[in-house]
Amino acid sequence: MASKDIKVQVNHLTKKFGDLLVLDDISFNINKGEFVCIVGPTGCGKTTFLNLLTRLIEPTSGEILIDGKPADPHVHNISFVFQEPSAFPWLTAQQNIEYGLKIKKKSSEEIKSQVDKIIGLLGLEKFRNAYPHEMSVSMEQRVVIGRAFALNPDLLLMDEPYGQMDIKMRYYLEDEVIRLWKATGSTVLFITHNLEEAVYLAERVLILSNKPAKIKAEKKVDLPRPRSVSDDKFVEIRKDITDMIKWW
Amino acid sequence: MGNQDEKTTSKVANSILIETAARKRERKQLLIISLVCIFLFFGIWEIAVRLNWIDGKYLCAPSAVIKTFMTKLSDPKPDGAVLGIHIITSLKLVLIGYIAAIIIGVPLGLLMGYYHTFDKLVSPIFEIIRPIPPIAWIPLSIIWLGVGTAAKCFIIFLAAFVPCVINSYTGVKLTPPVLVNVAKTCGATRWEIFSTVCVHYAMPLTFTGIQVSLGNAWSTLVASELVSATAGLGYMIQQGRSLVRPDIILVGMLTIGILGAIFTTLLSKLENKVVKWRAKS
Repeated sequence: MASKDIKVQVNHLTKKFGDLLVLDDISFNINKGEFVCIVGPTGCGKTTFLNLLTRLIEPTSGEILIDGKPADPHVHNISFVFQEPSAFPWLTAQQNIEYGLKIKKKSSEEIKSQVDKIIGLLGLEKFRNAYPHEMSVSMEQRVVIGRAFALNPDLLLMDEPYGQMDIKMRYYLEDEVIRLWKATGSTVLFITHNLEEAVYLAERVLILSNKPAKIKAEKKVDLPRPRSVSDDKFVEIRKDITDMIKWW
Repeated sequence: MGNQDEKTTSKVANSILIETAARKRERKQLLIISLVCIFLFFGIWEIAVRLNWIDGKYLCAPSAVIKTFMTKLSDPKPDGAVLGIHIITSLKLVLIGYIAAIIIGVPLGLLMGYYHTFDKLVSPIFEIIRPIPPIAWIPLSIIWLGVGTAAKCFIIFLAAFVPCVINSYTGVKLTPPVLVNVAKTCGATRWEIFSTVCVHYAMPLTFTGIQVSLGNAWSTLVASELVSATAGLGYMIQQGRSLVRPDIILVGMLTIGILGAIFTTLLSKLENKVVKWRAKS
């Protein structure tokens, strides 16, 4: 693959908290516009890993490059969808979606067109001026996801965003995230411990080992979309990943 | 099927109607209970005074209070000023002290909550000053500022200042880290995180502080007017005591109560406007 297609490069990323080794020499690349899922056991250091990628904490050694330059929230558009509800309660749905664009000091026309596009994609027209306390948890999470995509992020990180949803809502939201991803051409890194979700969404699945976390294996998912969870090939890939992930 | 649906719909509509009616009835009953209580309270009070169960020099009847209230609107006797003058004098003191406390206290608290160095700089002094009752400042403030308006405002300011600082400080401190992280990953600067996230999050608690401050300001008023006043509600109450006129004292107390209630209502209205995003309970 030509190097110009590589969006994100993670080189020998290592994190220690004192003597505790949490991440052990992790290296991988993400191509431009790729949808990558990371799966791994609970407590393997996924959150630490994400916090490193967004530069909320500094690595002990190693580096993260976006477009060949060290990742920096002030330079790059990095979006993060957190596990817990993170819509700003004092902003309406529309204002929440505008937030990142305003911080990035985009022009008001650009903000308007981008926000209208996202609200259209999410079908949130009727809830433009609703405050988070007037929404259900899943609707709030959709606004948050819209806010993340609105930035046209160089890298969009999602940390088990559907962890608290029931299965029906999850199917619906998974399709929605694919729709947003296709419409915006963003590069997405999606963390989950639900293997079915990973196979349903990802083009490539990275499997992390138990702490200290390393990349244990990698699996390409080249199924056509829309995917069906009961499809033979789907089941086969899921089973393969289950065998690879086994830490017990 | 259609028939079934209609039936269900009308059943639901009916149950809503019944519930609304029941709520209305309940509200009415509660209102009646409150009114009966008030009438009983004042009725017993009135009777107790009229039948001389209570000596008139200790307490006067509610009807006498209302009468004095009406007379005081135009008659400067016996304490030297009509009620309007007393109200304006006191209002000026309370408002100057209170507004100054908000203007200085709220930003100070917000900044202390956010900037660690600033917090460490100001906190120790603040913690020492905090537990001192505002009234204990009266002698010093007279030495510093004399016996005029400035000293009184200063004491009211001190009383209102503390809750403003503490509540806005706490509000910022309680901002969920996830909201700060959202701003951080968007590339927000320290100041942007403070002004677009923490300040907003702190607003409901800040308003609670401003409400508490209002109560403090009014309750310190009477004490501050011990300092050589010639008019003011606190002064009027003091005069009522010297002249053994419980009706004058009660008129003063009542006026403070009414003014306080008006301010609280206005403040709540403002709060609902500013923090309209908060879920109504």
